[in-house]
Amino acid sequence: MNHWIVVPVLLPALVAPLLAWVMRFDITLARVTSMAGTVAVLAVTLGLFVLSLDGEVRVYRLGDWEPPFGIVLVLDQLSAMLLLLTAILGFLVLLHVIATGWDARGRHFHALFQFQLMGIFGAFLTGDAFNLFVFFEVLLIASYGLMLHGGGAMRLKAGLQYVIMNLAGSTLFLFALGTIYATTGTLNLADMALKVREIPLEEAALVRVAAMLLMIVFAVKAALFPVQFWLVGTYSNAPAPVAALFAIMTKVGAYSILRVYTITFGPDVEATGTMPGDWLFWGALVTTAIGGVGVLGARGLMPLLSFAVIGSMGTLLLAISAMTPAAAVAAMYYLLHSTFAAAALFLLADLVVTRRGSDTLDARGITAQNGLFAALFFAAAIGMAGMPPLSGFLGKLLVLDTIRTLDHWSWGWTAILVGSLLTIVGFARAGSALFWKPTALPPGEPDPARKRVLIVDDDTDTASTTREVAIGRAGPMALAPAMGAVAMLALLAVFAHPVSIFLEGVADQLFEPAGYLALIPAPATGAGG
Amino acid sequence: MEMLVASGIGVLTAGGMYLVLRLRAFPVVLGLAMLSYAVNVFLFSSGRLATGMPPVLNKYAELDYADPLPQALVLTAIVISFGMTAVLVMIALGSYLESTDDSVNVTPADADGGAAASGEDRDGEDAR
Repeated sequence: MNHWIVVPVLLPALVAPLLAWVMRFDITLARVTSMAGTVAVLAVTLGLFVLSLDGEVRVYRLGDWEPPFGIVLVLDQLSAMLLLLTAILGFLVLLHVIATGWDARGRHFHALFQFQLMGIFGAFLTGDAFNLFVFFEVLLIASYGLMLHGGGAMRLKAGLQYVIMNLAGSTLFLFALGTIYATTGTLNLADMALKVREIPLEEAALVRVAAMLLMIVFAVKAALFPVQFWLVGTYSNAPAPVAALFAIMTKVGAYSILRVYTITFGPDVEATGTMPGDWLFWGALVTTAIGGVGVLGARGLMPLLSFAVIGSMGTLLLAISAMTPAAAVAAMYYLLHSTFAAAALFLLADLVVTRRGSDTLDARGITAQNGLFAALFFAAAIGMAGMPPLSGFLGKLLVLDTIRTLDHWSWGWTAILVGSLLTIVGFARAGSALFWKPTALPPGEPDPARKRVLIVDDDTDTASTTREVAIGRAGPMALAPAMGAVAMLALLAVFAHPVSIFLEGVADQLFEPAGYLALIPAPATGAGG
Repeated sequence: MEMLVASGIGVLTAGGMYLVLRLRAFPVVLGLAMLSYAVNVFLFSSGRLATGMPPVLNKYAELDYADPLPQALVLTAIVISFGMTAVLVMIALGSYLESTDDSVNVTPADADGGAAASGEDRDGEDAR
């Protein structure tokens, strides 16, 4: 067994209590420790990523119990890639938070941040359905704290809805797991995959119910229609850097769908057949449409970006719903792209909204560095909307190309293309309202927006010094994370060929899961080394 | 026994669903608590219902045994739902104190912007 596999879960789990109990009164020490932990975990995930490139599926047996009975962590190329993605995103968000002083606006930001990373890493690594539930709860409970960070009436109310939605989702998850255990007698994903293939068709009703219940649970996480309503309220009321980190949370749902409905309930399982993909297709179709219409109708920058995230999830899930290796490659490429695009936009939105004092899309006094923000927004919006030359264009092209195998592919094409058009129009309108119109206002007039920031901050902001820093010009440290995320989009576009070759290997592991299935259930003892 | 347990789960779930769909935070919290009870009993029964059996394999005779795994799962689920309910109560309380009503929906007063609106409402409450 390679013990490095468990490090991405253990390291944040050890750093977080230290931050919460030992360093709670020393923000500088907490920042240094949190950053050191995140950089270390980034290095480890990079190492694991390089390790996984040889195509072997590695298993980590917790407590050294044999797989169907003990809990296992599984490192294959998909989980290694997502670990690395999460670590990079976490690093960018943490840098932004420290540079803008968000972590001083409430308590325990860094501890919650580390627990959040732990939950996400665990969810990507685990090979056990019940353990997946536990890691979902870990990442959710940390996300409740992060979402409420900074406080405020509106944020608390939106947070309440978010918590209620996810508690209902967790209950459903347990119902699904109970049904699966009652029918297959196992909760190990690989063992389950073997068992459901043995169930004869006439006894498969319960398995089918359990599979679709699980689909609803993952759909809640992935913000799929008709359970996407929580996302806009949550993301637009969360602190913007937290919303940037949440860009990976919807991907946890997408990852779970990709994992469970290829390896466990794959298209070759008699009991479920193509049913999960068929339902996913129509849900994703409507999700894409909601995203496009929402972007066009949004009156604030944060809701606009939230609807853009919904639209991108729709496109991503449309690709997954095809359930073919080629479409999975497109889906994973688009997943990488949309995570960085959403993160770039939310980080930038934080810089802009703090300086404007409001996120409504109207012309206000011109802010410092207007031209720079406008250029960055333009680049990130191009990426999100899917125009060349950034990776969004290539991602959407791949998705369009690969979903042609579907029966109703013309519907998918219409949704993606019209959704993209609406997104472009929406972002163009938002950009001109935010950055262009202010330049036409007479300079030097008193700015009501600034004053409002001061009043609101006095009520909610515990550290009044952060306010002064935030209103002025953004320093290179505050700009670097947003620029870094945009640079990742450019890199994804430049290295699209090597990335897609790598993703083909990932898709092979998913759709020919011999390696995954062979290593986990017990017959070959001593497997995994 | 199966009928009793099944209808118990059904009634708990139905009651929980009804309460979750209410407008105010307190019934919703109660509803989620009832749903978590329902799912705990459901998980417990997923290892088949049996009475008077040993909880682990008996190595001296070929006996039926009660499945120990659902019991471990239920324990985990109870701990998690207990913690989550506590968090939910705290958030619901915070939301109530900040906005002066415990409705789950976003009310116009909330949407006007937190500090100003809640300040006005509190003045109104004092007058009453």
